[in-house]
Amino acid sequence: MGVEQKLGNMGVVTTTLENVVNWSRTNAMWPMLFGLACCAIEMMSAQAAHYDMSRFGMELMRASPRQSDLMIVAGRVSKKMGPVLRRLYDQMPEPKWVIAMGDCASCGGVFNNYAIYQGVDEVVPVDVYVAGCPPRPEALIHGVLTVYEKVKGDTFKDLAKR
Amino acid sequence: MVKTMDKKLEPIVKAMQSKFSATLEEFRAEVHLFVKPEQIVDALTLLRDEYNFELLSALTAVDYHPQSTPRFHVIYQLTSLAKNLSVQLRVPVNGDSPKVPTVTRVYAMANWRERELIDMFGIEVEGHPDPRRILMPDGTEGHPLRKDFPLGYEEPQFTFNFDEIDLRKPYAKE
Amino acid sequence: MSQIEEVSLEQFKHLVSERALTGETMLLNMGPQHPSTHGVLRLLLELDGEIVVNCIPDIGFLHTGIEKNMEAKTYQKAEVMTDRLDYMNTMGNNLAYVMAVEKLIDVDVPARAQALRVILVELQRIASHLVWLGTSGLDLAAMSMFLYCFREREQILDIFELVSGQRMMTTYIRPGGVWRDVPVEFEKAVRDFIKIFPKRIDEYETLLTKNPLFIDRMVDIGYLSKETALSYGVTGPVLRASGVDWDLRKARPYMGYEQYDFNVPIRTEGDTYARYLVRVQELRESLKIVEQALNKLPMGPVRSDNRKFVPPPRSEIGVSMESLIHHFKLWTEGFPAPKASVYSAIESPRGELGVFLEGDGGPKPLRVHMRTPSFDNLGVLSQIVKGYLVADLVAILASIDIVLGDIDR
Ligand code: SF4
Repeated sequence: MGVEQKLGNMGVVTTTLENVVNWSRTNAMWPMLFGLACCAIEMMSAQAAHYDMSRFGMELMRASPRQSDLMIVAGRVSKKMGPVLRRLYDQMPEPKWVIAMGDCASCGGVFNNYAIYQGVDEVVPVDVYVAGCPPRPEALIHGVLTVYEKVKGDTFKDLAKR
Repeated sequence: MVKTMDKKLEPIVKAMQSKFSATLEEFRAEVHLFVKPEQIVDALTLLRDEYNFELLSALTAVDYHPQSTPRFHVIYQLTSLAKNLSVQLRVPVNGDSPKVPTVTRVYAMANWRERELIDMFGIEVEGHPDPRRILMPDGTEGHPLRKDFPLGYEEPQFTFNFDEIDLRKPYAKE
Repeated sequence: MSQIEEVSLEQFKHLVSERALTGETMLLNMGPQHPSTHGVLRLLLELDGEIVVNCIPDIGFLHTGIEKNMEAKTYQKAEVMTDRLDYMNTMGNNLAYVMAVEKLIDVDVPARAQALRVILVELQRIASHLVWLGTSGLDLAAMSMFLYCFREREQILDIFELVSGQRMMTTYIRPGGVWRDVPVEFEKAVRDFIKIFPKRIDEYETLLTKNPLFIDRMVDIGYLSKETALSYGVTGPVLRASGVDWDLRKARPYMGYEQYDFNVPIRTEGDTYARYLVRVQELRESLKIVEQALNKLPMGPVRSDNRKFVPPPRSEIGVSMESLIHHFKLWTEGFPAPKASVYSAIESPRGELGVFLEGDGGPKPLRVHMRTPSFDNLGVLSQIVKGYLVADLVAILASIDIVLGDIDR
């Protein structure tokens, strides 16, 4: 692990509280299993053996919003689904992050019409947008890692706000 | 590509013409028969029972707005598995208070498709067992597939107009 | 943004039994966010203990306005939308729509393009059935099925990426042919797949077909009779598992399906297990078609040379003024289609995928209606779950193989 060398023989490590908290948050982020449309299939691919997202400590997709801290909005959000999406978001415990996966969730994609929200940021606040229609599984994984970067950069003030 | 109507369809078309005085249109070997709204239930029953059209493949409508008599054509696409035939019935309905009788008693499949007619075209279906909206949320105004319903196009955001649109975009709060 | 509306029992009074009104049975809401509804489907269940008395599906949570949006685009550009309908069967959707356009404007397709279409659509059928097998395995707690099926699916997606540059939304099949010829590596990639896949199907079957746990969950569950199926407009594997021999590939061959030798698997039991067996058998049959089509793959052009409707190949644009004009006109204005309507249907992995297309003489369609199989197949759900346990409902729903994008459009 390498931790032993750093510890020396004192059994103590010094770091900042921010670092510890952020480190623990990133390494066990539980995404919510929230598939809407085509992008959900790519999200499943990312979970499956070939791309294997569990390498990043997120093999646990939770179906319940109350157990998850990352919402991956995978697909287009219709006017009928919007309020439901918001309620699910409200049910997630703090701190929580949102990834808008795919063009539809980011900006409406090819569907510029009456039925689809032109970007899920009209419904919930979004942290990371992943482009592509659908984004490749690698792109999704990159999106998740970008969320990690963001979380690691959180300062103590941000933590208090959340 | 076959250009003429299947021979096996001829007696069926004849029967429809004599019983319901249906008018016939042909295009690329497809048979379209026009009947009146009040005849549709009988016509479908006849086709199902006498001529083995077991499957109602599609049920939809076309809006010819701004033309108003008739404004809509309601379309019933029938398939016969036993004889491997297809026939399409078209029912013209007028623009003011469009109405067709329900055919759920002939084909149970029509239930949801007729709800779609109600929802998307605002065509009233008389005697429908469950006339709720099916796709759009309750309380939507208008019927999306009508030609006078706007597409709802929003201006795409590019670099040159980013700020301008960004200001009026309704971003969600925490 | 609007709020979630309160729903009163009043609205559903005619759909539930009387016992629900007195509170004797329980009304339970399942979805739209539920892991085993395969998307955003909401089911309102009336339960007597564990037993389903009534089931009222509520759809529209993925309503995308595709039909309306297609009316606002030219015939070629509208095709992009069809991919996103039934996202497990993107090639098939392209084919269905393109066939309708070709019928409307009367364009013939070269033999090579037809064979390529068949290969790709059959590969897509395999991919779609694999997703079904994986996810319905997951619903019945067979996690490893999910991992195995997605492994093979990746291989098919790689082939798609090879030919079209995209994994899922390919838009590779175009009016008058296909986008461009396949690269040279295509044949080897498909052959590799043909070589390993039969063994993989055997593997799935050893895991599931004789597995007593699986059989207990599937046999005699969700019985669907032939008559009910037909009157509800059910098509595809679900209909064939109820003993009706109806496959559009056999009954009304398109794209030269009549040249290939394959069987249409039929079961007469009409239960969940029969639907499983039909689909697994279809995997093998599709592979047979792919192999035959690949062996026979003719050489030649992959696009019709009817320049009024089909854009010229890239290589011609640089050398011929006329081609440049055609290219320019077709991509800016589109082509005018006659003022008439056509209906053409193909056999998608889920059933009869029909496209009703009406032109108004201009470059944009007056009306496109997609007769999507899942819509009608889901319509029968409320009939076949009555009297079974809630746990069985999950198995039954999985066995119908719905795709919400296909239903809500
Ligand atoms: S971005 Fe593309 S793949 Fe994703 S949901 Fe939208 S249409 Fe489907």
